[in-house]
Amino acid sequence: MSGVSVAARLREPTQVVFLALLGLIALGWVLVALDGGQFLTMESVVGIQQRSAALGIVAVGQTLAILAGSLDLSVAYLISLASLVAAEIMAGRDGNIVPAVAAVLAVSALVGLVNGLVITRLRVHAFIATLGVALIIRGVLDHLYDGPAGKVPESFQLLGYSRIGPVPVSALLWAGVAVAAWFLLSRTRLGYRIYAVGGNEEVARLSGIRTGRVVVLTHVLCSLCAGVAGLLLASRLGAGAPTVGTDGGYDLESIAAVVLGGTALAGGKGGVAGTVGGVLLLAVLDTLFNQLEVNSFVKDVVRGVVIVVAVAVYARRLKGRPA
Amino acid sequence: MLSMRGIGKSFLGVRVLSGIDLDVAAGEVHAVVGENGAGKSTLMKIICGVHAPDEGTIELDGRPVSFGHPLEAQRSGIAIIYQEFNLLPERTVAENVFLGREPVRRGLVDRAAMEQATARLLDELGEGSFGPRDAVKRLSVAQQQVVEIVKALSVNARLVVMDEPSAALAEHEVELLYRLIGRLRERGVAVLYISHRLREVFDLADRVTVLKDGSRVTTRPIAEVTSDELIRLMVGRDLGTYFPPRSPGAGETRLSLRGAGNHKLRDIDLELRAGEIVGIAGLQGSGRSELAKAIFGAEPFTEGEMTPSRPRSVREGVALGIGLVTEDRKAEGLALRQSVRDNALLVARAVGARGRDGVRDLLERVRLAPPRQDQEVRYLSGGNQQKVVLAKWMTMAPRVLLFDEPTRGVDVGAKAAIHDLMRELANDGMAIMMISSELPELIGMSDRVVVLRDGRIAGTLPAGPSEEAIMRLAAAEVVS
Repeated sequence: MSGVSVAARLREPTQVVFLALLGLIALGWVLVALDGGQFLTMESVVGIQQRSAALGIVAVGQTLAILAGSLDLSVAYLISLASLVAAEIMAGRDGNIVPAVAAVLAVSALVGLVNGLVITRLRVHAFIATLGVALIIRGVLDHLYDGPAGKVPESFQLLGYSRIGPVPVSALLWAGVAVAAWFLLSRTRLGYRIYAVGGNEEVARLSGIRTGRVVVLTHVLCSLCAGVAGLLLASRLGAGAPTVGTDGGYDLESIAAVVLGGTALAGGKGGVAGTVGGVLLLAVLDTLFNQLEVNSFVKDVVRGVVIVVAVAVYARRLKGRPA
Repeated sequence: MLSMRGIGKSFLGVRVLSGIDLDVAAGEVHAVVGENGAGKSTLMKIICGVHAPDEGTIELDGRPVSFGHPLEAQRSGIAIIYQEFNLLPERTVAENVFLGREPVRRGLVDRAAMEQATARLLDELGEGSFGPRDAVKRLSVAQQQVVEIVKALSVNARLVVMDEPSAALAEHEVELLYRLIGRLRERGVAVLYISHRLREVFDLADRVTVLKDGSRVTTRPIAEVTSDELIRLMVGRDLGTYFPPRSPGAGETRLSLRGAGNHKLRDIDLELRAGEIVGIAGLQGSGRSELAKAIFGAEPFTEGEMTPSRPRSVREGVALGIGLVTEDRKAEGLALRQSVRDNALLVARAVGARGRDGVRDLLERVRLAPPRQDQEVRYLSGGNQQKVVLAKWMTMAPRVLLFDEPTRGVDVGAKAAIHDLMRELANDGMAIMMISSELPELIGMSDRVVVLRDGRIAGTLPAGPSEEAIMRLAAAEVVS
């Protein structure tokens, strides 16, 4: 019995994305070797981990929102806001790190709460609700800042740059967030309810689940992830910046990574493992293009094709499966 | 055990229930019958805490209760099994059974306990064809219903409300349902059974309550009513003969198949003639719906001949004058959020046919009541929706009309109207093929009954065959 279900699980998109990742690494290795270089040196692996960490953390949060049948377009601006809140409160002093982090988490949770309440209480579609919140945050940021501000102390910058052995601390942070989310989804009631609400809200409601509460909690968690990503980016920059989130394109990029990882955009199906694969896939692709010095427009075209093809492949598998 | 007094409910100023009294005793199977729109579903939703009543009282074991949320009803031991199943296809059986009340140990979901409890309940129901870890999307409709019943049992439900539980089941699967209900009764669980199928009511129920236009007409022990009487009580008139008279004879051949087949069908020889209604019988999975879809061009034949020609797509099928009234009108037949008029014109607009002006006449012809064109289709009753689907096809004056379960989920009155209309269309020279799981309907309506089994034609029976003859052909392979 359990053998069957393990096999069934392996046939899911999660497996596809990791196979694609392996395939891409092999392909990249060959291409770079032909070019006379070496793909995935220690240095570039560390680079991949570091670059992926911020997107990875946001994407984990986005996974939760999407699984619950929602989505969050406000993460990019929230990241910028978080970086500024962190850097301004820290103001270069070590003693302010704890209050700054607490403030960032509080602000993030508040934004998530607003997102969630607008969606559930005012019954505004998640797309519009989070877009609106994103614009509100942008307005505030544009009004108050026209460039980097605040200062992050040296000790906090360690979060962004230091390593334990070959592993960057930021990657560990990402791994920690991902494992926590995986644990949440697979072992807690809230996790089960996120799948239920995303799978079919009416079914969830009629099973006695308070669906609104689940959606709100999910958005709070998603925003907290964005806040953590903002902290990470602030530690990298050494300051807060009003454009750090949007420059990274964390809103659409995180959604793309989630979808690439096989989570259904409609919700109820997928998981964190796939998202981690999706983020790594995008990062390896980036590294490959950098090493081959491909022009950045081609890069975007290829990324676009990869995402569309991946989703088409998942749709096909779904349809081809015997009922 | 459950006792309701003077229950009333209005939606947007429209009164849907008034002064309903209902009592259910432990271990009793209590049937609730009534036409669509009689208020059955609303009453059930009040019992289960989905809607709150505007007036009246509900008592459970002599204590007054009021449920603000389905969860509260659930905690009081009331479970409902909806017509459309409330399962998450992507999740496992156990996850669905314990949805919303997963057992926890030290703050974490206790999978093992969940799966063991589910396995035990499946065992008690004698269900061995699937296990707690199977994904629901891989189960058949009948198996999914078992999951629903297990879900009800797992909350220790003392009252299980079943809304049209047999609607989605094939004839042989209904027996499993009977068995399950028998087990529920043995455990002292009360069952409120809502069904259009009177045979099931007579087979299962101890008492029956008839609703009509939001009021209770009567409640009686089943032994004290006859089928005709029940129909009269529901409809308020004597339906007399259930089916319209057959046509005098068949005309020219409109469509013929020779050795036609595809991945689901083999060697189909079939003729559809003007003026004739050909019934298609068969168990679920025998290829009934696939046959209709193949003729129509939705899942085309890949081999054999079809005259006048073999459609490779729906567009070609429609161009040949073939229409298909699908099994699932909500998913495949109608755009639910669009108006009656827009739906009636779906086909005409798609193929650019004439007939746009005649919508009013058509809606009158299909006896849509009231014939309002601007209403969104989702607000109509099942019977009226089906009439709109019919009107949709009539805009292109089809030569061949295929019906897949034409009266599923349709009340008795509308059912008779649809039957009349089908016969009328045949008499006007249309060739009609009708798939049905309801044997009385097949027997009463068909000029010929073709029985499918495993994608092949198992046999053809002349007008008015016996149920036994049909079942013998349909199930032969299964039995041996």
